[in-house]
Amino acid sequence: MGEHILELSGIYKTFDGMDVLNGIDLYIEKNEFLTLLGPSGCGKTTLLRIIGGFLTPTEGDIFYKGKRINDVPPHKRNINTVFQRYALFPKMTVGENIAFGPNIKKWDKKKIDRDVDEMLELVSLRGFRDRDVTTLSGGQQQRVAVARALINKPDILLLDEPLGALDLKLRKEMQIELKRIQQESGITFAYVTHDQEEALTMSDTIVVMNGGRIQQIGTPQDIYNEPKNAFVADFIGDSNILCATMVRDLEVSFLGRSFECIDRGFGENTPVDVVLRPEDVVLNPVCEGSPCGEVVSSIFKGVHYEMRIDVEGETIIAQSTINCPPGSRVSISVLPENIQVMHKSEMSPDRRIKACDKVNLEA
Amino acid sequence: MKRNACLIPLYVWTAVFVLFPLAIVVYFAFTRDTGNGVALSFESFTRLSDPMYLGVILKSFKIAIISTLICIFVGYPVAYILARSKSKMKLVIVILMLLPMWMNFLLRTYSWLSILENTGLVNTLLAAVGLPKIRFLYNEGAVILGTVYNYLPFMIMPIYITLLKLDESHLEAAADLGANPVQAFLRVTLPFSVPGILSGVSMVFVPSVTTFVISQLMGGGKVPLIGDVIEQQYRVVNDWHFGSALSVVIMVIVLVFMYFINRGDVESNNGNGGRLLR
Amino acid sequence: MKRISKCYIGLVLAFLYAPIVVLMVYSFNSSKSRAVWQGFTFDWYRDLFSNDVIMGSLYTTLLCGVLAALVATVIGSMAAYGLGKNKKAKSALVLSVAYIPMLNAEIVTGVSLMLLFTLIGLDLGFFTMLISHITFCIPYVILAVLPKVRQLDWSLYDAAQDLGCTPMQSFWRIMFPELLPGIGTGFLLSLTMSIDDFIISFFTTGNGVSNLSITIYTMAKRGIKPEINALSTIMFTVILAILVIANVGAAKKDNKKRSMRI
Repeated sequence: MGEHILELSGIYKTFDGMDVLNGIDLYIEKNEFLTLLGPSGCGKTTLLRIIGGFLTPTEGDIFYKGKRINDVPPHKRNINTVFQRYALFPKMTVGENIAFGPNIKKWDKKKIDRDVDEMLELVSLRGFRDRDVTTLSGGQQQRVAVARALINKPDILLLDEPLGALDLKLRKEMQIELKRIQQESGITFAYVTHDQEEALTMSDTIVVMNGGRIQQIGTPQDIYNEPKNAFVADFIGDSNILCATMVRDLEVSFLGRSFECIDRGFGENTPVDVVLRPEDVVLNPVCEGSPCGEVVSSIFKGVHYEMRIDVEGETIIAQSTINCPPGSRVSISVLPENIQVMHKSEMSPDRRIKACDKVNLEA
Repeated sequence: MKRNACLIPLYVWTAVFVLFPLAIVVYFAFTRDTGNGVALSFESFTRLSDPMYLGVILKSFKIAIISTLICIFVGYPVAYILARSKSKMKLVIVILMLLPMWMNFLLRTYSWLSILENTGLVNTLLAAVGLPKIRFLYNEGAVILGTVYNYLPFMIMPIYITLLKLDESHLEAAADLGANPVQAFLRVTLPFSVPGILSGVSMVFVPSVTTFVISQLMGGGKVPLIGDVIEQQYRVVNDWHFGSALSVVIMVIVLVFMYFINRGDVESNNGNGGRLLR
Repeated sequence: MKRISKCYIGLVLAFLYAPIVVLMVYSFNSSKSRAVWQGFTFDWYRDLFSNDVIMGSLYTTLLCGVLAALVATVIGSMAAYGLGKNKKAKSALVLSVAYIPMLNAEIVTGVSLMLLFTLIGLDLGFFTMLISHITFCIPYVILAVLPKVRQLDWSLYDAAQDLGCTPMQSFWRIMFPELLPGIGTGFLLSLTMSIDDFIISFFTTGNGVSNLSITIYTMAKRGIKPEINALSTIMFTVILAILVIANVGAAKKDNKKRSMRI
């Protein structure tokens, strides 16, 4: 596997007696696009600021290429940041902003000149060099911020919710743009966001955080298809999370019925949580043997209908291209492989489990 | 750590040149030279009950209150008209209102003498059309005129700045809800501008109640105020103890006054004052 | 309605400017008496420059103003920077003490400083007046700079360090320029307050050192010399010119920026 460019071990951070980070263990691989995903206040920005050197952890160590860098100030770290609101220097032009880092480091003037042009090219802002940054649109400012950081050839680029201030359409464009820039430059990106869709679109690895702890680490596919606990399942997309009992291997019971599943190793008659993705819930005409319910509401979402169905007192969300009007009765079925069984309210998952490790574990 | 170090010069300067001097004033106010040493004494304060001094204090208050009220009634409409105006001339007029402050205030006040004195401009004009001369100067009215003249911009500006922040839509909403313009003014605009008025009052009242130059120039020494008495105690009579007692009285007045005006919000209230002076 | 408003504003302006106009007109009056107009003259402007008392006090006023404004700007700006990142409630106490010289009656400030200087044996003169001016200028600098500190975007400070600046470099290169307008305002405010001050200077100077205000005050008892009127006319005109130039300049720059955006 790739080289571990940065390692965090046992990171705790306390602000005024408030625990913000509660033991973070994580490594970042060279050239990957890693996303820290979580709701606001989960500690993801704090973690990013610790990596950038703007905060020192209360406890724990940061290793950069094997060397402990807890006390190395930001200006001596070969890590650059794209700030939440860009933090472009308002009194400088686009070119001056981009050339700021190289000028501080006293690079050769000709090289700076050439690199600035190269960067403008990379972020598709050719011809903007002498523009006043305050006259740029949000998306353009965003690109300048990226160029200003990338020109320093950092080993890691930290991005703190960089698309948060943009409107939806621009955000989608910039997601693709950032991914392209990351692939072209080959620089490791550590990206913070609370937008699960953004994380799924762009990342190689997603680190889901909540309450200052890592909830799950994995590829977008892992995270979406196999959430490790109710928090992850709930945070990643709409899901139905139901209380269930693992009757035995390959059989789980919920909504008053038994279902065939593909999970094993939970023991017998163990209380578990079950996740059903709305798109995996299949609606059929009422038939014996499968749970029935009444459609409470149906909303047209553009491509599909989203329906809420009351089954045995639980509300199940289902998506279908065929509309079932409110009041009608339907029965529900789910394919065994679409039933995701999780340990009950597992709040502190294994640390340092990554997509690759997980394969090894299961093997 | 480094930021607190930035505050050290301020702390030192304030302690040595603000707080310590004020402590000296208080010390002098409550002591008396007995001939063989200094002793604690309230004599200076008992002297204040002398009807002469009480009269001076009352007169100072009377003149300051009247001047402040005139400033409100003259200044409010100016601030209101300017704040509501969309004219391009607006900024120019605001600057014109502030500009006189850059000419020495003694000279400007003194210049009123040339206008109002018995042989001055106004009386010359009156005489020219055959009217009797009027004695404008050297009475309370003249002192009030001088005070209003000097401090009027200090009343206009805070009110103007406050009214600028009034959202037009509030007035539209009031009109929409059936308020006529007078009601809209009384129910919306006026309450909104109260902080500006208070800020203006504090900037006009305190200097008016303690002035001694305006009363000397415009009142010709015939209308002595607290400020004049203090000045005499230090400069002429050399009774520092009594002068300090009077200063303490003024400090207490200012403190009580500021308490009621500011109600603890030092920062925001004085923000207005600062912008005014720019 | 509109016309009434205009008339009213005009009336108030007339009230504010009447004495100024009279004073300016008299500075060209060849009669020494302020009562009669005896014809136009530039004599007072000529005499002004040979009047040692007036030129001396002008020099004192300007020197004291510039020095006081400089020192006050340094102390006040540092204090504002120190206070700026604190919570408002936290800095309120410090501010309410620091603002005393601005809020207190000037006569009390003047008297208290005079007592201090006399008691510690400092001879009243230029130095004591300078210290007093610094004292009452500091609050005005804080007042001007503090809002700028509060508006600072601290992510710029982080960004500069991120791009290789030491904390010192990021302060001087990035943050300081953002504060500069506030610091400039504070300096000019101090200069204005110092030049215009009478009451505090009156109590804290001595030994024949006097600024323009004190000279005018002394003269007022015996009659203002027309040279003073001439000097004030010059000073007022200079200020007016500076304001006009500054505003025209700002307007032009504004227009340019606007046209660039289009």
